[in-house]
Amino acid sequence: MINVIIDGIKVSAPDNASILQAAELAGVKVPTLCYHPDQAIKANCRVCVCEVEGLPLLQAACSTPIRDGMVIRTNTPAVIEARRTILQLILAHHPQDCLNCIRNKNCELQALAEQYAIRENPFELMVRGLPRDTSTPSIVRDPDKCILCRRCEYACSEFQSVNALGLENRGNHAMIVPSLGKDLLESPCVMCGQCIHACPVGAIHENEEIDEFLAAVADPDKIVVTQMAPAVRVAIGEEVGMATGDMDMNVLVTALRQIGFDYVLHTNFTADLTILEEGNELLKRVKEGGKLPMFTSCSPGWINFCETYYPDLLDNLSTCKSPQQMFGALVKTYWAEKMGVDPSKIYSVSIMPCTAKKFEAARPEMNSSGYRDVDLVLTTRELGRLFRMTGLDFSRIAPGKFDSWMGAYTGAAVIFGATGGVMEAALRTVYEVVTGNELKDVNFTFARGMEGIKEAEIDLNGLKVRVAIAHGLANARKVMDQVRAGESPYHFIEIMACPGGCIGGGGQPITKSNAKRAERIEGIYKEDEGLLLRKSHENPEVIQIYEEFLHEPLGHKSHELLHTHYHDKNKKFL
Amino acid sequence: MAEFKEIIMPFKNTPGGIIQAFHAVQKKINYLPENAIIDAAEVFGIPVKEAYGVATFYSYFSIKPRGKYIIRICESAPCHVAGAAEIIASLERELGIKIGETTGDGKFTMELTECVGQCQATPVITINGKPYAGVTPQQVAEILAEYE
Repeated sequence: MINVIIDGIKVSAPDNASILQAAELAGVKVPTLCYHPDQAIKANCRVCVCEVEGLPLLQAACSTPIRDGMVIRTNTPAVIEARRTILQLILAHHPQDCLNCIRNKNCELQALAEQYAIRENPFELMVRGLPRDTSTPSIVRDPDKCILCRRCEYACSEFQSVNALGLENRGNHAMIVPSLGKDLLESPCVMCGQCIHACPVGAIHENEEIDEFLAAVADPDKIVVTQMAPAVRVAIGEEVGMATGDMDMNVLVTALRQIGFDYVLHTNFTADLTILEEGNELLKRVKEGGKLPMFTSCSPGWINFCETYYPDLLDNLSTCKSPQQMFGALVKTYWAEKMGVDPSKIYSVSIMPCTAKKFEAARPEMNSSGYRDVDLVLTTRELGRLFRMTGLDFSRIAPGKFDSWMGAYTGAAVIFGATGGVMEAALRTVYEVVTGNELKDVNFTFARGMEGIKEAEIDLNGLKVRVAIAHGLANARKVMDQVRAGESPYHFIEIMACPGGCIGGGGQPITKSNAKRAERIEGIYKEDEGLLLRKSHENPEVIQIYEEFLHEPLGHKSHELLHTHYHDKNKKFL
Repeated sequence: MAEFKEIIMPFKNTPGGIIQAFHAVQKKINYLPENAIIDAAEVFGIPVKEAYGVATFYSYFSIKPRGKYIIRICESAPCHVAGAAEIIASLERELGIKIGETTGDGKFTMELTECVGQCQATPVITINGKPYAGVTPQQVAEILAEYE
């Protein structure tokens, strides 16, 4: 441990600590912009500068290691003046557009400008006037707003190993651009949206589509139906001033009705259905010598990644559509039939923690109902905006119930929202299908938590199944390279594109650290534990849909509506 | 294109060899086409976005096609004070192009550069590396005539 004095406070910090870390231990708040708790130090914004006794120049707190006896001052007039100048210089290149910005009131630069009482700017405003990149249905780049902190690039390259974003030119001309200076769609971008969480400002964000939703609600001919992914509930509270995980599911149902949905159904229903289809697909592959290991296929960012970087392994992907798309295909067939409504009038909206889902819903092959299966995808953040816009007071909303036929779910579906959840849900069902015995303890705890790659061998009455779980695409890449080399020992691999799984998805409330992801995961397992039914095959509406409509897993109807195929994206530069 | 890989390959095991490889490509065709950047990324085992970052970071590399003769005008302080702007204006008049552009016949490209170390007589321009010191706007046409 090393002893330093920060603003007169004596503090002991670990040997390799930075001034920033030591200040945190001392309870002294130093402002940051390019710093990110889960990323390497970049030290390019300089806003964290402090005085160090004996050194002539101000030092960046994030990148300066402490030394024994160091005396640091973080809040002298000289430091404050320097920080204000730095902020003014950054702001001189930044559009003065806060009111119209998607990150208004949730922007680190705006917050610092407020904190440092920036009232005017002696530097001439020089905004570059670069065009926005709207090439993808998921993510919009607004390069004029970029402050070159490089956090997005780090998330894209290091967490995700996607390498879509990089630096172009240098100095005053430097910009963060998609690879080779192309647009995002042409780049290797998989649309996971982790760059959005990394961005301190509004330089990269979801393709916002709340106007499309409002137009559908206003149209009397449309039956507006929603499905909502399991990861949404544990995070949506953050958008409306509640603690993570605090939103009650039934209150949420009423709130969704109040913003205009005619019917509130649940993606959890098709998550349970996915387990029946995917579990049986796995068993079939094991029994009949099919392609192994089999990869899960729920995460569209992961599908994009596989189609981009591992097109030679597409046959290993489960042919199951994601729960969102299974739902889309069924709501305009099975559900329409059950309800006696004209499927052409159904406007199917999904609420997702995910930006890649917007791309997935727009895939040309996703029309097996005879219509576009999912008409609109809203992210959790967009839902938050709709809630704020409509002025809902959540403390006064009475709990409601999901509508029938595609609204019931089990705990197995709930845990789809976290890394390891699909694996655990599958094992709960596969165990009972294979052994014929009741699974007494449904908790496969090896599958839980933020460790990058998790693995286990499960004994199903003598049938040993080796499984692995990876989240974050850099982890997925490790597992995939093993498969490509023919050295993978696994039968079944769950992959989710985003760190932590869907709870950390690119459409979730802006997530500033992995610690927040871990908090949301807790909410997921708490919900699972509180449910009576925790195995997908016990979902009464799933049992019913097989009896009345699908007849059997992997059957003819399933094949038509619930399964898909994948394409080599043929990207030329990776 | 196999041609680029052949040029790039000899630098594969040199530390920082991508820079030499890019110089070697430019020696052949005066700029770095996309395929050369993609090939270099493959040879050096780095993502294309990184190879692209290198290609755009250094002012001596260009990702746009350039003319046979590259005119660089120093924009550092001594040349600036000595009237580099007038030299630029004169060159632009003579060639009918602006900084960063190439003449229609593919002969000349104009670029800015930092100090080239000839501050004893400013302003300075270089044409394909050959320095011209103490240039006046009147001399510009004469200098260009050397490259007719």
